[in-house]
Amino acid sequence: MLSKIVRTVANQLILFIVVFGLYVIAHGHITPGGGFQGGAVIVSGVVMLLVAFSSQELKKSLRERLLSIMESSGALIFAILGFAGIGTVFFYNFLVGTPIFGRIPATGPGPGDIWTGGVIPLMNFAVGLKVIAGLSAVVLAMALFASGEEIEE
Amino acid sequence: MRRVTGLIVLLVLVAFLMWGVLLTHPFGHPDASDMDDYIIENAQEQTGSNNVVAAVLFDYRGLDTLGEATILFTAVTGVLLLLRTLKRREESS
Repeated sequence: MLSKIVRTVANQLILFIVVFGLYVIAHGHITPGGGFQGGAVIVSGVVMLLVAFSSQELKKSLRERLLSIMESSGALIFAILGFAGIGTVFFYNFLVGTPIFGRIPATGPGPGDIWTGGVIPLMNFAVGLKVIAGLSAVVLAMALFASGEEIEE
Repeated sequence: MRRVTGLIVLLVLVAFLMWGVLLTHPFGHPDASDMDDYIIENAQEQTGSNNVVAAVLFDYRGLDTLGEATILFTAVTGVLLLLRTLKRREESS
């Protein structure tokens, strides 16, 4: 555990890091970024908390059961969205033109519209959930192992 | 003697790599660009996504991304399994 200054700054900063990561995930279909990148941003915030606080402190709020449920549901949503378009082909974008994320932007450069992209934003969210949970679990398990603590079920 | 041999090997390797760099394509002029042109022209209309990279990643090459996600899943499972087993073995011995 580091000094009180570091802990306080990390406490304030984690909010902005999580908001920025969620922004990168949510705008994956109009700006550079996406599920993997935004998830990695949020996990970097988790690593910052891990450095500022001890891994035993972080273990109390990040349960491994919750992380594994998050990761599995992310993978499941992604696979289901892939299979949902199987009427045409595997991973067909069946939501384009429908009321859900269905607007079609003009070809060529243009300002983004959040309500476009078909299944792409939903897949970005699924992959983001998966990356957040998976990488957090790996980092936390490694830190707990290095400090000689048991991983909590 | 070893130093001289190492220097010669290093120079040969550097010359070989520089030769390879000189033989590459000029930047931005690929040989076959049919696929790129098709995706750049039709991605926004077909997938509705302004970010063509995301369109390729999650729509045109969605199966690859599924494999990528599976790799991540396997890696996480492996790390958790390995660290927990090591811990248990330490305790029992």
